[in-house]
Amino acid sequence: MPSLPNLTADLGAVWLTFRLATVTTALLLLIGTPIAWWLARTRSWWKGPVGAVVALPIVLPPTVIGFYLLLLMGPDGAVGRFTVWAGIGLLPFTFWGLVVASVFYSMPFVVQPIQNAFEAIGERPLEAAATLRAAPLDAFFSVALPLAKPGFLTATILGFAHTVGEFGVVLMIGGNIPDQTRVVSVQIYDHVEALEYAQAHWLAGGMVAFSFLVLLALYTLTGRKAR
Amino acid sequence: MSIAAQFKLAWPGFSLDVDLDLPGRGVTALFGQSGCGKTTLLRCIAGLERGAGRLAINGETWQDAGVFLPTHRRPLGYVFQDARLFAHLDVGRNLDYGRRRAASVNSRGDAAIIELLGLGLLLERLPERLSGGEQQRVAIARALLSAPRLLLLDEPLAALDHARKQEILPYLERLRDELDIPVIYVSHAADEVARLADHLVVMEGGRVAAQGPLAETLARIDLPIRLGEDAGAVFAATVVERDAEWHLARVEFDGGELWVRDSGVAVGRQVRVRILARDVSLANSRHDDVSIMNLLPATVLAHAAEDHPSAILVQLRVGGTKLLARLTRRSAQRLDLAPGREVWVQIKAVALIG
Repeated sequence: MPSLPNLTADLGAVWLTFRLATVTTALLLLIGTPIAWWLARTRSWWKGPVGAVVALPIVLPPTVIGFYLLLLMGPDGAVGRFTVWAGIGLLPFTFWGLVVASVFYSMPFVVQPIQNAFEAIGERPLEAAATLRAAPLDAFFSVALPLAKPGFLTATILGFAHTVGEFGVVLMIGGNIPDQTRVVSVQIYDHVEALEYAQAHWLAGGMVAFSFLVLLALYTLTGRKAR
Repeated sequence: MSIAAQFKLAWPGFSLDVDLDLPGRGVTALFGQSGCGKTTLLRCIAGLERGAGRLAINGETWQDAGVFLPTHRRPLGYVFQDARLFAHLDVGRNLDYGRRRAASVNSRGDAAIIELLGLGLLLERLPERLSGGEQQRVAIARALLSAPRLLLLDEPLAALDHARKQEILPYLERLRDELDIPVIYVSHAADEVARLADHLVVMEGGRVAAQGPLAETLARIDLPIRLGEDAGAVFAATVVERDAEWHLARVEFDGGELWVRDSGVAVGRQVRVRILARDVSLANSRHDDVSIMNLLPATVLAHAAEDHPSAILVQLRVGGTKLLARLTRRSAQRLDLAPGREVWVQIKAVALIG
């Protein structure tokens, strides 16, 4: 068993990770839904470039994203100058800096399932809603959202789980500050560095179990919907 | 009371250019082959497509230069070919969807519409648990419950098999007889049109090829659109006698009487009669020694070429009614059929179509 101070640090990391993933997922659902809606329905030339930017985190090494976000949010970056001007201060090495980075990093895992769901629904039910006097916003909430529920479920689970699993971006943006930026994946890294394999096992094993349960839930839930 | 619709729209490989003045009540059929633009015209009327033009429904302008009411602000009901029920709502809540958003209360009463379409027992079912015919009945009721001032039906029977069609047609007939709003019905099936429509618009290549009252338009022989096997006349008649021994009924129309198979329609009722051109033959004198029951004196009005060079389509007048007959060109020559000639028509089959 790990000693008491270490256990507190571990629990702090777990709680921080949970908070980060929850806040990130909630923000992503708010930001990602309009983006997914637009991507699913637009015929604009911009669809390709915007879709590609959203998908970038899937192919880029997290350190690359972290590096550029660090520059952008740093004292000489555009975002950094704005946050200082706005009185928020600098975001790197804070919880909210991690949130901003995670939103970028997990964006495709939330946007794409929702976009796919909206695309599968298509124009037809919305046309029917319009002929029944539903204004576009009304039709979005009363028809498109309920029909896209399985997509939102997938997006929520994937967005949350993916944020929990991030490491490279956190290290670049957040560093390693207990209770502020030291999430579980970083804590595991620290344990291993310090050759505390027993503690690393607790957390790493927990992550494996968590990830398995999340994916199991995902496949059972969406599998049931598909029938 | 009328519908004025004028639309111009051009897509790659297709253009729509129509200028129509349609009756403000009764059923108008938009009829033509697939690709003729009838569904596009219907979607323009609903505001689902945006063509340049003008649209006024019984005095209300829905579209004009600088005016374009979006679909959700047009008080219409639209029944799609594929029903488009909301999969996440049961039948009852599908029906409620338009009713809750309607600006006015339905004049017929909600219960009457649900009853008219026979939906009382289906209210708690999800759309996926309905047959195709039931889905289409729900879609029709859903449209009607939104208190429309114009009902648009886009081939509501096209996706159904023969048995399901026969299941829905009686409901559509009741609608036609009981609704007091204009209905525009898109179809490529001549039998549906003959059965349901009061007014006919024939479309071809995005243009209006012909339009007018149903009987008159169907009896025209100069239409560029060929109905082929479906060519025939439709007119109104009244049941005057039912013969129990032979299971036949006698109907009277403007031009004489016909014996038809007794389908249980009560004496005194108005019926619609359809006689296909291929079921009519002509003779120069009256023959009583044939199996055909219905023999009527007629005058030849005109004739026109048919698709096959061996055939000819003859238009005849029987009293105040026009009939069509399809003959071989050789027979026509042997009988010396010229306009004005008196002949006897022999009618092999008469269909009562509601």
